[in-house]
Amino acid sequence: MTQDPHNMTCAEFQDRMPELIGSGEDAGSHPHVLSCALCRALLSDLETIAEAARQLFPVVDPPDRLWDQIESAIKQETEPSRK
Amino acid sequence: MTRASTQPPEPLSSRLRRAASPAVEDEPEPQSPAAEIKTPPPPQPGSDADILARAQAGDHHAFAQLYATHKRRIYSLCLRMVGNVAEAEDLTQEAFLQLHRKIATFRGDSAFSTWLHRLAINVVLMHLRKKGLSVISLDEAMEPTPEEGPGRSFGAPDLSLTGSIDRLALERAIADLPAGYRLIFVLHDIEGYEHNEIAAMLDCSIGNSKSQLHKARLKLRDAMRTTPRREGRR
Repeated sequence: MTQDPHNMTCAEFQDRMPELIGSGEDAGSHPHVLSCALCRALLSDLETIAEAARQLFPVVDPPDRLWDQIESAIKQETEPSRK
Repeated sequence: MTRASTQPPEPLSSRLRRAASPAVEDEPEPQSPAAEIKTPPPPQPGSDADILARAQAGDHHAFAQLYATHKRRIYSLCLRMVGNVAEAEDLTQEAFLQLHRKIATFRGDSAFSTWLHRLAINVVLMHLRKKGLSVISLDEAMEPTPEEGPGRSFGAPDLSLTGSIDRLALERAIADLPAGYRLIFVLHDIEGYEHNEIAAMLDCSIGNSKSQLHKARLKLRDAMRTTPRREGRR
């Protein structure tokens, strides 16, 4: 069913949000968002969370011993099997 | 413009493929000076392409160099996806073991780092499936529960998160997400994959991926709303 973007309820808009956001459209310029403070706040929160999450995880080194383990496992795999 | 008369720049992936190819049998060796003109110069010793080619040829030292180059990214990826240090270490190990087994099959259709990244993601996905997480209860996305459906959010008070995100709380909230949600959230919002790529990886529809991501974000929002402020424990 086609919904008039100007006459959406919050529920209708939020049902469409995943598609709207996922499609790369500027959800912030959607008529409902422009006229609804609650959905505007929701959208803002979600964007803030996504943005914060992007900066959240620094790239970290694994422990040094991991290479020893990998090397050892590779040796086991490549050497003739012994039981 | 003289573009038509000059060689267009060769894509990096193509250059890498060419550079890595000596270890692969389908690349004919240039035999004549004319052929040499067409063939890019061999990889410089010590370059990424050279290291890759040597690792593909079975050079263990080169493989160790590849590990040193890519370990941080792969480990960090695993850590984000599973949210657990011990598991992330195991998965990193498994990813590099798989790499060792499969590196000769890399043919340069994509950048090596992209290929390795996808390989690591597959390792994590297999691990999650083995754990019975069924990567997501993907179908669940198609049937929003009253608790999780997007409609739950309307009427919620403004959280006013802007500029005041508690990083630790968010980190915890992401770690606490159901595995499937966390997976899609990490793949999309942190790793930057598109929905079509995620859908292909997880064998679900694009709409499903979008829906899951949305739910993950809503869950995070809820978590942030209910999480006491820092040092708020009593």
